[in-house]
Formats: sequence, structure tokens, C-alpha cells
Amino acid sequence: MSTFLGMPAPPPRPPPGTGNLRGDQAFPRAAHDELGNDQLRRNLGRATSTIRAKRLHVTGELPDWEALRDAGSAIKTDTMNRLPELLEQLERKVTERGGTVHWARDAAEANEIVARLVKATGSDEVVKVKSMATQEIGLNEHLESVGITPYETDLAELIVQLAHDKPSHILVPAIHRNRDEIRQIFLDRIPGVDPELDNVPAHLAAAARGYLREKFLTAKVAVSGANFGIAETGTLAVVESEGNGRMCLTLPDTLITVMGIEKVLPRYQDLEVFLQLLPRSSTGERMNPYTSLWTGVTPGDGPRDFHLVLLDNGRTAALADTIGRAALNCIRCSACLNVCPVYERTGGHAYGSTYPGPIGAVLTPQLAGMHAAKDDPNSSLPYASSLCGACFDACPVKIDIPSLLVELRHQHTEQTGVTTEKLAMKAAAAVMRRPGLYTTAQKASGLGRVVAGRDGTISRLPPPFSGWSDSRDTAAPPRETFRSWFASDEGRAALRAAATEANSARAEENSDHDEKDAT
Amino acid sequence: MRIGLFATCLGDTLFPDAVKATAILLTRLGHDVVFPPGQTCCGQMHINTGYQREPVPLVRNFADRFGDASIEAVVMPSGSCAGSVRHQHRIVADRYGDAALRAGVETVSAKTYELSELLVDVLGVTQVGAYFPHRVTYHPTCHSLRMLRVGDKPLQLLREVEGIDLVELPGAESCCGFGGTFALKNAGTSTAMLHDKTDSITATGAEVCTAGDSSCLMHIGGGLSRIRSGTRTLHLARILAATRTTPDALTEASV
Repeated sequence: MSTFLGMPAPPPRPPPGTGNLRGDQAFPRAAHDELGNDQLRRNLGRATSTIRAKRLHVTGELPDWEALRDAGSAIKTDTMNRLPELLEQLERKVTERGGTVHWARDAAEANEIVARLVKATGSDEVVKVKSMATQEIGLNEHLESVGITPYETDLAELIVQLAHDKPSHILVPAIHRNRDEIRQIFLDRIPGVDPELDNVPAHLAAAARGYLREKFLTAKVAVSGANFGIAETGTLAVVESEGNGRMCLTLPDTLITVMGIEKVLPRYQDLEVFLQLLPRSSTGERMNPYTSLWTGVTPGDGPRDFHLVLLDNGRTAALADTIGRAALNCIRCSACLNVCPVYERTGGHAYGSTYPGPIGAVLTPQLAGMHAAKDDPNSSLPYASSLCGACFDACPVKIDIPSLLVELRHQHTEQTGVTTEKLAMKAAAAVMRRPGLYTTAQKASGLGRVVAGRDGTISRLPPPFSGWSDSRDTAAPPRETFRSWFASDEGRAALRAAATEANSARAEENSDHDEKDAT
Repeated sequence: MRIGLFATCLGDTLFPDAVKATAILLTRLGHDVVFPPGQTCCGQMHINTGYQREPVPLVRNFADRFGDASIEAVVMPSGSCAGSVRHQHRIVADRYGDAALRAGVETVSAKTYELSELLVDVLGVTQVGAYFPHRVTYHPTCHSLRMLRVGDKPLQLLREVEGIDLVELPGAESCCGFGGTFALKNAGTSTAMLHDKTDSITATGAEVCTAGDSSCLMHIGGGLSRIRSGTRTLHLARILAATRTTPDALTEASV
């Protein structure tokens, strides 16, 4: 006799992430607006080509660059494979060293935790270190809604914040702004700024510095993200260029760090790999100017109170996808953005998410899902790529982004019901699986000759091909397919002639040899 | 060597001259070119657009037609189709195929080559006896460059062509913006990429832009034709098959 144990049920699917992970329109529509912005195209073209050249220079000079990439990929893959135990180890170590660890399921929970912690200090303002995680959860907007003023202290983040704009690049959030625009933003929004401020970068930086210095010295609370969190020691790490991060991490009494759970690394020694990979890939520098590492609290040195908020927000959902989880290996260097021909032309806003570019096109649907509603804008992201593969080559942890895009496209078509495209694909496959039918269809394609102009080209096609014919002519189909030529008298004669040439060449070669042998 | 020729659906139907050139070139080099008539399409368009169930019969058909052990190598005048066979057929077979299909895919993908790979790596030849007295620039297609890693093999072949004036293409490794259905789904972005590519090509003053993929050339050629640039596109195989006695008829409209 057997006992009925019930039907095995799949585990509940972890919830998708929330926050700034979904635009309000599909990529092609959003890109259309950005493509029309000549200023943006020029800014982006100049900025990305400069940084591309720098990156190639500093990665090319390392003889073990490929081995470093392999190591980075292996460490990250290992991390994802045992994320729960590493996170618990991190929690234990941070707690042992006097920090407090909080777990946030999603954006709303993380925002509430941070706001509660800030309020508990009695402060109504915070200084912020540039952080993707807090952009992702929309922390600034939440803090403002509960009467807390956040001050971004990274120069580019400050520009974005003052302009009530959105970041358009992971590393260079104001890449879409030029110096004239920045000057105007500062004149309009920085209280007491010199009205004679010009557009010289050093002067603009000085204006921001003057504004921020007072905040650094008076703020009681800082909020940061983290580039890495070391499970073995409980150490957190932030790498930056401007030194604003160092001030935020050391001057205030309270430090609150929001870290995505995928940022954990097993060992302190792993930093050896990532502190080489990250700066060379992101800014094209051998070493970034400031690397801050801290472990819990140290009496008499730095913040007295340290809180680590571990953010899930869809990461567990991504981890459940055995193929897609590779996107979690991302270390946010932005090398893929800088080499992407699509990003270079559309900029970051078209992606609608905190994470733009190739990695954004895979990470955003992984974190937030792409079937929240019919025609979810996120479902257009995996198609926002020509699959050229430049991102894969640039990625310091070897994320095969093109293959992930193809995988997500597959997941998308599996989820959607019957569409015109799906019917067309089925029809095409049905024809192509039957050679006889295929040959007939090939002959029918010859009808295209009828619509061609006298010059043998077709200049206008109906939808869905009209986007193609708007900027490209199409040659009329040829009179004869290859297979019919191959089977024809003409084809056979051409190949016979080529074979005869081969034989005579061979005979000539042999006679050359014979002559040589004779001498 | 007995070489199985895969014409690709695009080459067979729309750009047969590139396939003819491939067949003639390999025959002239003394090889036995066979064309399994039951061949159709590799399924790349389906897979790259997100459809992996539909191309299962196409993947199987490819493995069946070229699996014959008497075929020592399979060649195709397309980097992206060779890339699909070598990298994507396994994904489809693993997900929706049976053991026989997985085995068939392994066998056939191990002997599949894009034209320049076959010539340089397998046949060990860079001097193919070609004569092409024109100013030419070469666009390395994305999948041949970054999926197959053909490197400079096409350039090694072109440098040996007698009479050729080979000029470097600025920004050569940038995508032309084709990307299959990308050019339809994201036509605006694709066009922006295309314009930058055609600007680079016309700046070289080349009469001919060549590449190893008829699909990318269809895209680039369509753009060059629209702006009436005077530069035309020609598949690498056609340059390599052109000789003093049988020159390529450059006046033909097709790629």
C-alpha cells in the first residue's frame, strides 16, 4: 500500500522587481524620439568613442586580461550557485563587526527601511554616493515624499538630480548633457551660484564642489550603494573617481548601504580580480582614484552606525532562470553600453529602465519581468539589438549577452499567444521543411521582378517591410535560383570548365615537379 | 576534398551569384563540390527572432542532408548561417530535439565552415588565382568576426588577389545595422547605423564593398543604392572567383 503524498507543485515563482525598471513605451517608439535628437547623437558618439579607445588601450596592455575575465566569470558563477549561504555569511560577519543587516524583498520595502532608519536619526537630509541600486528602487523620490531631502554628491548624478532628469548611462549618468546645458542647469538650480559662471569644465566642477562641500560637513546621514560585499569578512567596497564617495562614507554619523544581493563575493582575495576588471572596463583607467573598504563600525573612526540593506527586487526571480541568471554576474562597468551600436545612437532613456544598453536589455526583463501586461514595454528590450556581439567581447565577466537576448526572445514568444509574426514564422518553417514546397515558393519569389522598377530595384514595400524600404532599395529577385542553375546545362558547363582548369593546373604542377626531378 | 555546399535560403533564392562563385572557386581549386538537393534553410531567422520550436525540422533537415560521412566538410558563403549551425543548432537540439538530433548536430557542426575559414584553415590556401582590378573595401560582418572569429582570413585572401586596390574601411568592425528582423522591428535605429556605415564606405572611394554575408551586403547595398553612391556591393566569393579569363560581370544588379 502506498501513501498519496499529493501532486508535486512547482515552487512559487519569486516576485518580480519593482521601481525604475519599466518604461512607459516600447523601445522602438522611445528610440524614435531620441534618434531625432542630433545633440544627443553627437554627445553620445563623442563620449562613447573616446571611452572605447581608452578601454581598449588599458585592457590590451595586460597580458593576462583574458585570464582575468575567465576568473571574474568563474567567481561570479560560483557566487550565484551558492548565493543563499554567502548572503547569510555576509550577514553574520557584518553583524559581528557591529553593523545591522536588513533584508528588503522589493523596492518599496527597501525604501521604507531606509526612510525609517533616516527618521530614527532625527535628520531630514542625506548625502548620497552614486548608486545604481538606489536609482533602481527610486529612493530619492521616496525620501522626498516623506520629507527627507537627498543630495546626490557625484557630479553627474547631481546634474541629473538638479535637472529633474533621469540617468542615461550606468557610469556617466549625464552623458546626454553637454557643458552648455550643464552650465544652464547650475545657473537655474544651484542657490547662490556665481551668475557669471561659464561652461569651462573645471569651473562647473568648482561650482558643484562649493555647493556640496557644505552638505558633506553638515549631513548626519549618508546613503550609498556597494560595488562588492565580501562574505568572508563582512567588508563592503565602493570604487569611485571623485572622492565624494569617500567623504560620504567617512564623515556622517550614520551610513546606510543599499546593496543588490548579487553583489556579494565569497573571499576578500576575489577583490584582486575585480579591482583590475572594473576600472579598466568602466572608465578605461588602470586604477580608479578612490577605493573605499569598510567593515562594520570602528569606534572613533567613521560612522558610528552602519546599516546594510540587502535588496532582492527580482534578483531571486532572475536566479531561478538557469540561463538568464548569467545577467546577474554584471558588475555595472558599462563597457557594453560604450561599445553598443544601438546604445550609441539611441542613448539610455529609450530603454526606460535604470539599466540601459545591452546589459539593461537582458537585466531589466530578468528583474522586473516582461509580461506584466499585454505589450509590456520590457518585452521589446530583448529585440533592441542587432546581435552584433560587441557587448560580449567587451564584458569583463564574459556575459554572453547576445545569447541571453536570443533566449529572452524565445521566452517572450513562448509567453505570447498567437500573433501575426508567429503565424508567419510557422508558415515559413512549414514551407522550408519540405524541399519540394520550398522550391515552388522560391519560384513564386521571382514574382518580385514584376514590382521592380526599370533599374531592377524595388524602392517601396508594404508593412511590415516599409521601415526597411524607407531607407534601402531592394534588388529584384534573380531570374534563376542557385539550385536551378546548378542543375542546368549552363551550370554543369561552368563547373566542368572550372574542373578542367583545376586538372590542367594540376598537370602543369606535376610537369614542373617532373622537370625539377629530372634536373 | 569532397565538400558539401549549403547555398543558404537567401543565397539560393535571392543572391545565387555568390553561391555560384563559391561552387566555381572550389571546383577550380580541384575539389569535388556536392549540392544535396533536399537542403533549405538553417533556421537562423527563426531562432534569432525568438522561435526555437519551429526550426526543429530545419535543424534536423540540415543535419540529415549534410551528415553523410562522404561529405568531408560543409561550406556556406555566410558567416551568420555558419554561426547559426555551429552555435545555435545545439541549443535547439538540446531543448526540443531527441538524442539522434543532438548527435547529428554535433557531427555536422564540427565540419561546418564559412568560406574564408574553409579556404585558409582547412584547404590551406590564400592565393586562389583571382584577378580583380578594382578599388575594394572590406566590411567584416559581425557574426563572422565575433561568432566564428574569422579574424583577418578574408583579408588574407583579398590581399592575394591580383590587380586589387584594397582600401581599409574606417570603423570596419561596427555593425551595419542589419540584424535580420532587427532592421524591421527597429528600423529607425537600424537606419542610423546603416547611414554611418555607408558614410564610411563612400569615404574610402571604393568601387566595391565586399563582405562574407549576402544578408549584410543586401542591407548595405540597399542603403548605397538609395543614396545613389555609385559604390556597389559584391560578395567575397565573387571577387575570389573572378579571373582574367572569367571576370565578374560587375554590371549585374545582384549582390
